[in-house]
Order: sequence, then C-alpha cells, then structure tokens
Amino acid sequence: MYHAMTAMAFAGESGFSGPIQLPGDPKGASVLILGAGLAGMCAAYELRKAGYKVQILEYNDRPGGRNWSLYGGDTYTEMGGFTQKVEFDKGLYLNPGPWRLPYHHHAVLHYCKLLNVALEPFTQVNNAALVHSTKAFGGKPKPFREVQADFNGYVAELLAKCTQQGRLDEAVTQEDKELLLGAMREWGALDKSYEYKKGVLSSERRGWLSDPGGGLTSVPTPSEPMAMGDLLKSGLWSAIGAGMIYEFQSVIFQPKGGMGMIGKAFGRELDGVIQYGAKVTDIHQDDRGVTATWIDAKAGGAPRQAHADWCVCTIPASVLSQIPINVGGPMKAAIDALYYDASVKVGLQFKRRFWEQDEAIFGGISYTDQPNSLIGYPSTDYFSSGKGVLLGAYSFGPSAFEYAALSPAERVAKSVEYGANIHPQYREEFENGVGVAWHRVPWTMGCAAHWTEELRAKHYDDLCAIDGRIVLAGEHASRLPAWQEGALLSSLDAIRRLHQRVLAS
Amino acid sequence: MKAQHRLSVALALVSAATLAGSMATAQDYPVGHFDEQTGQAIWEGICQGCHMPNAQGAVGAGAYPKLAGDPRLAANVYPVMIVLNGQRAMPSFGANFSDAQVAEVVNYLRTHFGNKYKDPVTPEQVKALRGGS
Repeated sequence: MYHAMTAMAFAGESGFSGPIQLPGDPKGASVLILGAGLAGMCAAYELRKAGYKVQILEYNDRPGGRNWSLYGGDTYTEMGGFTQKVEFDKGLYLNPGPWRLPYHHHAVLHYCKLLNVALEPFTQVNNAALVHSTKAFGGKPKPFREVQADFNGYVAELLAKCTQQGRLDEAVTQEDKELLLGAMREWGALDKSYEYKKGVLSSERRGWLSDPGGGLTSVPTPSEPMAMGDLLKSGLWSAIGAGMIYEFQSVIFQPKGGMGMIGKAFGRELDGVIQYGAKVTDIHQDDRGVTATWIDAKAGGAPRQAHADWCVCTIPASVLSQIPINVGGPMKAAIDALYYDASVKVGLQFKRRFWEQDEAIFGGISYTDQPNSLIGYPSTDYFSSGKGVLLGAYSFGPSAFEYAALSPAERVAKSVEYGANIHPQYREEFENGVGVAWHRVPWTMGCAAHWTEELRAKHYDDLCAIDGRIVLAGEHASRLPAWQEGALLSSLDAIRRLHQRVLAS
Repeated sequence: MKAQHRLSVALALVSAATLAGSMATAQDYPVGHFDEQTGQAIWEGICQGCHMPNAQGAVGAGAYPKLAGDPRLAANVYPVMIVLNGQRAMPSFGANFSDAQVAEVVNYLRTHFGNKYKDPVTPEQVKALRGGS
C-alpha cells in the first residue's frame, strides 16, 4: 500500500517514504544515543529493531524533549531557578512546544499510528476568530471572516475594474478577460456591476448584521463592509493568509490529551533503554568507539560514562556547542554557528469557556499586534461546561525575548492584560496560568536552531555528515526546522547513513 | 514590554510570527527592533532573560555565562562584538539594535553588577565594529 502511494509521489512530500528498512546484520554493534526527544527515541526504536544494542542518555526525567505538555500538578523549573506549579484542572494542558501535526508530515503521523497515539483535528483557521490591532478600528477586534471577505472583495473589484478598463489588455487575452471577470465576481462576491458592497452577496461571506431566521422573523439584515481604505490601513489583512501556508492547511491533527503523548508513547516503548537525569559533560570518540561522560542532572556527583561503538547525538546545538566533543573542524564550526530562536507560550486557565459560550469561537486562532501575538482556542472538549485553557501568547522575535526577561508571573499577567483587550471576559474569568519562555528552558536554551540561507550554504552539510563515529540528528539537522517532522526525518536519514557505514566497516 | 510597535512592523510580525510559529521556515524569523533605549531598560527588557536579573548567569544542560564581575568585559569592544554577532548559543542582535542601543547596554553592563570599567563605548565605535552589514 505504502509503495503504491509512494510510486504516485503522493506520500513523498515530507521526504518520508514509508517505514525505514535497515537490512543487514549489524553484528551486535552498539549505538549510544544522546537525547530522548523524538529524534533520539526514533533512532533508538529503529536501530534496536535492526539488531543494534542501544542506550539513551537524557537530561530530563521524562521522555519527549520539546514534545511536551504541562498538566495540572506538574512543576516546571526554568533556568535561573524560577519554578512554576501548574494549576490547571484535570485534563487541561499547555503544549509549550509543538502543537500541530500537518496532514503531510508523514513521519510523525506514521509513528503516532505505530505507537497508538490517538489523534484529533486541530483547527487552524476559524473564520469566527478575531483579528485585532490596537491601532485600527478603535482597538476593536474584527472577525477573521469579515476581514477576509472584505479584503478579497475589494481586491476582486479592483482587478475587475482594471480588466474592464482595458488596463490588462497586454496581460490577458479577450477570452481570458471574460473568464477573469467571472472569476472575480465569484471569488470576491461582487455584484453584477462588479462591485463589492453591502448586500446579500457580501453578507454570505462576511456574515450578516442579523442572520436569516424562521417564520415571521426570517428576514436577514446585510452587514456593512469595512471601508476599503480603513481595511488597508488597519493591516488586519496580514493575518488572513496564515491558513494558506502549506503547514497550516487543513487537515491538521493534534494528539488527544496533549502533544506530549507522542514522547510518552515512545518512552514506554523504550522502557529500560533511557537513562533519565543524565547531563552529558563530554563526548569523546576514538578508533574503537564513543564515550559520553555524564553526571546526575540534579544531584551532580561523580561523573559516569556510557560507551558504544557509534553515537547518534541529538543534543540541541545551543547546548552541544558548550560540551567538549572531538569532532572535526567543519562539524564543530557548524554546531557553533547555530543559536536558538526566542519563543514563548503562555497557557491561561479560565473559569468557563467564554469564547465558545459568548462568541461561538470553537478552536482556531485570533491574531493581535500586541506582544502576545495570538490567542489559541482549544480544539477539543467543545461545549464542555467546565474550565478551559487558552494559549494566551505565542510569540517569536523581539516580543519573545522580552517575555523571557519577565518573571513567569509577569508573563502570565501581561498575557491576561493583552487578551482582555480582545476578550473583556478575561478580567472576570481568569484563574491561573503558566508561561514558558524557550530561552530559559534548561535543555534547549531556545526554541529551535536559527538557520539562514547563508548559514545553510556554509554549514548544513557539515552538520549532517557523519564525523568518525558520531552523527547528529534533530530538527536542527533538517530543512523543516522546529517541526517534529524535521526531527524525525533527520533521525531516519542519520541512522540510514550510519547503518550503511556500520555494514561497510 | 512597551506596546510601541509601529503598526506596519507589528503586523508584519504577526504574520511572520505565525509563519515562524509553525516553524515552516525558520530562516524568515521576524527581525524586529527593540523599543528599549537606555542601557538599564535594554538589560532588564531583554538581556536578563538569559543572563538573569543579577547577571549571575544560569546553568541547565548548558549554561548562560555570569556577567557580574566579569574580567572578560575589560576590553570594551569585546561585549560589543558579542552583542552584534552572537557567539554559540548567544544570538546576534546586530540587526535588532541601533548603534546607540548597543553602546547603551554595553556601557550599562560594564558599570553595573560589580563591573567598574571607566571607558565607555560610543555609538561611533559600535558602527565601526559592525561587520560588512
């Protein structure tokens, strides 16, 4: 089946062409894997299956790495010693790291199926969600639906006008001109005179002032589109393209109960293979093998050593650059060239799901020009009469750096303040929250490797190449940076090459 | 965290951030400017995120260096170069800060947290130290 799909170039978008095959006898060769994130655990799982002796050293006391969910009762201590106790109700969670699985990320979906991780749809685009700018429309948020309908409508109208005025004669033939005009009417909800304006057509896109009803109260009232100039100046249109991005197109999935379910499932599968609480302090290779020196991550104490014939190292470059490792100059330069980007996520628990109850927002994302960047609504437990956790902030860039410089309590307080400008219910309904700033996450020191085209040209191949007995894997060694799919594809590619090297040696 | 974002920049960030948030193309992470202007505001608004409020640094699987009482700050161009270009886990901030902002934060750091260096850097020096950019 999978072969057929691959042959039709159907399953190949992410570079995953079906379950990995590692034929040939490794003759008892051993592999030391550093890091029990998805890359490391995937490597351990597949190499063990292929006949290798495997062991993993992991800094945390749990499997998953950035595949991680925080639940009520959890305690999280970030760098600097700031500790947060998560007070969410049972069943509610925050995914501090990844939260989406696009339908074409075949590797991660493959392992979810293999490990019986139950998936459910993740709503990316919700036309009833909001788009907000503190500088437009008096700071009042607009429904995504209205912004999208009005923007498309005006663009269609303008293009139709140009076409009718003969301004596109050089670009389109007479025949295409007719087709284009028809397309603009349909796409932009234009009337017979190719105008986008208040009426039934536009209201069927942007929504009505009052909806159609039944019986004697059935006449709907059309809504008034925003003025084109206001809409353009508002900048709100910049949010409506999000769902067009390949990774954000429907259908997207999430594991039921939190993203961390994938890491937990891998961890169960690798029971006994993972040494938790191990902080690697030195990685040394010679002709015979690789030795990692480690200490207890919490207690310190005497260094211990783990040894194997080969090593798959998935430690993030931000951390690995600080660990003595005798790899060649090119790989070391590649490791040292990668800093990790800033990102922050804040989870906020509310007494009731007011976004559903008051505003009919079921899942999806609202966007804002405030430092919290967006509000993510849970894509699960719809209509629950219990409490709910919103993603109250998810930022990159300068705002994320600024969030990291705040205490965890301030991160939560700021997110509540920003969110209340969009949903005034925040003020009454907020209960508690947790804020994870990735530069303070002890085992990654940032969210994901910062690549530029220039850095890729200079270092990417050196980062991925096998150096003696060591090969690196993780999202940083992929062209899908920060995606779990990238971590898995990197791992599969690394062990495929490593296996060939082992068989040849 | 002042909400002084210029609208166009801020909204560009919204879309860029959502793009990056998904992490489709980490090459295109938003390059924005920080609003903080004084050395203290820059330190407290950004630097202390990693180097900690008291400049004591922090330790996890890796570490952020302690900058309190740091003899490596004796040469005033050294911290300027690190801020502009980054170093290993330290991001490069050259594109996010003006010359004046870099000078401000370096001078703040070199005169606080037990650092008592008396030769401030000027924005002109920072400008001269910017590589080909």
